[in-house]
Amino acid sequence: MTRDPHSDPKRPTLSRRTFLAGAGGVAASGALGAHLEAAGAEGAQPEPAILRGTVEITLTVNGRARTLQVEPRTTLLSALRDRLELCGTKSVCERGNCGACTVLLDGEPANACLTLAVSAVGRAVTTVEGLGDEGGLSVVQEELCTHDGLMCGFCTPGFAMSLTAVLARDPEASLDRIREGCAGNLCRCGTYPHVFQAGLEAARRLRGGR
Amino acid sequence: MADLPDPPQSAATRVVGARPVRPDGAAKADGSAAYVDDLAIEGLWHGATLRSERPRARFAVDTSALAGSGVVCLTAADVPGRNRIALIADDWPVLADGETNHVGEALALVAAPSRAAAFAALGELRVTYEDLPAEVDLDAALAGSARELAACAVDHGDVEAGLSAAAHVVEATYETAHQEHAYIEPQGMIALPGPDSAVEVVGSLQCPYYVHHALVSLLGCEPDAVRVRQAVTGGGFGGKEDYPDLIAAHAVLLAARAGRPVKLVYDRREDMLATTRRHPSRVRHRTGVDAEGKLVAVDIDVLLDGGAYTTLSPVVLSRAVLHAAGPYACPNVRIRGRVLATHTATNGAFRGFGAPQTQFAAERQMDRVARVLGLDPLAIRERNAYRPGDVTPTGQVLDESASALQCLAEAERRTGFRARWQALEAERSRALDDGRPRAGIGLSLCWHGVGFTGNGERRMESPVAVRLERGGRLAVLAASTDIGQGTETVLAQIAAEAAGVPFEAVEVAPPDTALVPDSGPTVASRTVMVVGGILERAAGELARRVREGAPGLPFAAAGDAWLAEHGPLEVVERYADDGTEFDEETYRGVAYAVHGWGADVVEASVDPDTLIARTERATLVCDVGKVIHPLLCAGQVEGGSLQAFGWGHLEAARVTGGRLEQGSFSTYTIPTTLDAPAMETVLLEHPGGSGPRGAKGVGEIPMDGGAPALAAAIENAVGIAATRIPATPEVLFEAREAGDDDG
Repeated sequence: MTRDPHSDPKRPTLSRRTFLAGAGGVAASGALGAHLEAAGAEGAQPEPAILRGTVEITLTVNGRARTLQVEPRTTLLSALRDRLELCGTKSVCERGNCGACTVLLDGEPANACLTLAVSAVGRAVTTVEGLGDEGGLSVVQEELCTHDGLMCGFCTPGFAMSLTAVLARDPEASLDRIREGCAGNLCRCGTYPHVFQAGLEAARRLRGGR
Repeated sequence: MADLPDPPQSAATRVVGARPVRPDGAAKADGSAAYVDDLAIEGLWHGATLRSERPRARFAVDTSALAGSGVVCLTAADVPGRNRIALIADDWPVLADGETNHVGEALALVAAPSRAAAFAALGELRVTYEDLPAEVDLDAALAGSARELAACAVDHGDVEAGLSAAAHVVEATYETAHQEHAYIEPQGMIALPGPDSAVEVVGSLQCPYYVHHALVSLLGCEPDAVRVRQAVTGGGFGGKEDYPDLIAAHAVLLAARAGRPVKLVYDRREDMLATTRRHPSRVRHRTGVDAEGKLVAVDIDVLLDGGAYTTLSPVVLSRAVLHAAGPYACPNVRIRGRVLATHTATNGAFRGFGAPQTQFAAERQMDRVARVLGLDPLAIRERNAYRPGDVTPTGQVLDESASALQCLAEAERRTGFRARWQALEAERSRALDDGRPRAGIGLSLCWHGVGFTGNGERRMESPVAVRLERGGRLAVLAASTDIGQGTETVLAQIAAEAAGVPFEAVEVAPPDTALVPDSGPTVASRTVMVVGGILERAAGELARRVREGAPGLPFAAAGDAWLAEHGPLEVVERYADDGTEFDEETYRGVAYAVHGWGADVVEASVDPDTLIARTERATLVCDVGKVIHPLLCAGQVEGGSLQAFGWGHLEAARVTGGRLEQGSFSTYTIPTTLDAPAMETVLLEHPGGSGPRGAKGVGEIPMDGGAPALAAAIENAVGIAATRIPATPEVLFEAREAGDDDG
């Protein structure tokens, strides 16, 4: 049973993300694109006075190559939410205070709001949508449900990413390790004890305890 | 749809008291839950709000730069009708009209095809101000106009006679600061214009029918022309009780002018600047006790800072005053309460609704009185705590579910509070100046009236419906919103238990004014007790009719037989008047149908040099009447307590020149995983009231006891009385310098 007010089939105008699909930016500046490409090369020193227009980049998100147009100043958060229709990553503070936009870059947690989309080129980006396999929840996500490390759920994607990163790095993670690993994620509902329980239980299961 | 089997009729399979996984859980864990900013809508425009930079000024907005740009721009002149949000008083403008009364007030609105274009358009607007004298805090208001937004009083016995006869009279003043809700999801609303001037809004909100009422009043239209739906909502805590009325009004006006859907989603800075906060308070106590420490008279003066407009202040004050004497019996009580207007952002509903402020003062005062008498904090509370049969200051006789003493006993049993407190008191008196953190332990006892104050529930009626669906399934129709606390889950449990069907057979309809009746707002800890109690009767009645119609058949078959024979079956129940009365003029009578009770023990450590306090451990004893869902219930206790600890020592909100200095989570620091103490939650069940199986509500009482218990622990650790919160190092330092210590 679901209470998503937008799943009502009688309400077709509110299908999720339909509008933004295909709504890309203006044409790319080829010259700037080349500039940025050069920036990635060893020893290059790009010094464009003003970065204007958009560039085409290809991001690897949840294992899929996604090509999109972004401005150089576009954050990874904006690219994910506004261009790639991946809205599980939340926009809350836009200054790295709260962790609700946590994603994994090559397995390491990062604030998508403080990461430029262009700087994620060539790295494996994992979002909350990429944690489970084929429509199922990951072990961490399952335990967040079981222990109600959720409540309002707005911070949950960020916690799921941080917990995943902690347990990948340290399968024997202790309570203190989990606590530290989630210290950059704010939850105002105060589910922290339940998140800790979920993390400990997920660690146990991932070690083969069940 | 497959028929579901009847559950075996044994206590072990009871739905109430079990812990089913919340139905909305998986979508939250996998990121697919659609909050308002995740919705994409064909042809959507984005709104933005021009905000006042001055606490009080005459102003004019020059919009000429936007002429011909295609951007929609609205000022007060474009608001139809009375330019007011319909709430208790009629003073809250949709858009300020020529004069602004607080920094962050909405002066004008724009809408454009993109968010960037909307904010660029804001930059084109020119505002000229002519400053007027502003009163930006309680001191300024008291020295100035002292304009009252609300006032009320409670009188019981003869206070002056009681004070004259007292062995000791103890007097002190306590202060609490603003608190920001800091729900992680910022506020937001989308308005969609429909045909024939109908309008629909979907957004982040607690009370769909509040928004509905405000919009119908604003537009002067028929109720059916407005539809309000809740998107998945990322926390509320009261902050999405009143303020969404205004955002919805803004979005609707922009959408009507643009002729297309418009979204208004605040960013964090804007949300903290403009939306409501907890009322700051100043509470003076004069307490008379006899030689044994029994209360003989209390005289309390409650002052709240209401901010610029009335919004919900009269009701907040009412609850503040009714809880101000704490959970203690006293024959002579006088309480005076006032809310003064200041030129700051309006203060509004926030979990606890005035009671945390006055109970902070009451609890700290009990500790102070105990010190005067040489009693420990547990002893003075045991001596004075309400027993069943005691009479409150409004003349209400407390029933058997008044469990203050049981809460205290459980807290003592779990923590050994008394011995620990005494040991730490002794240790402090001979503490070496070695710079090591000092340990302290503190205790609080609180009560919290469940449901609306006074006659509120009688006025509401609160229709709740249960509808029979095919296959023995039930649909629950209520306006209660899930803002994280688990409403959808516990209402399904209550209906399933009452009807004798499995949890999975119940579906709770989305809070949508086109689908559900107005069963009242999601506030005042009323969802489980009031709405749940009505639902319990409706579900039970529906099941009775179905089973009587086809005795012996499984429920699913009996239900289908009913539908085939009689057609649709929907049972509507309403609030049942229990015959009690409350006089809103004299404040005499039954103020609340029932109360929750709680005792908190907090262990803290305080650095004697920096005065930085840490909450190390908390034992949270809470009598909720009946636990519907142990996991969700504990979550409410822990989460509310953590907000109370944040308010108590971390969340510094400083208003300077009428402007909140803190505009982000870097400067307004809410508790992180590293700040959360180890919490032991103990749920007691002393059933009472009309709630399902005697459940009394749990949403707010955890906000009451945390801060005073923490402040008491700080005092126990370093001897600073901590009469003002948040007890930041700066506040504690000032208190120590002022000599307000007993170390």
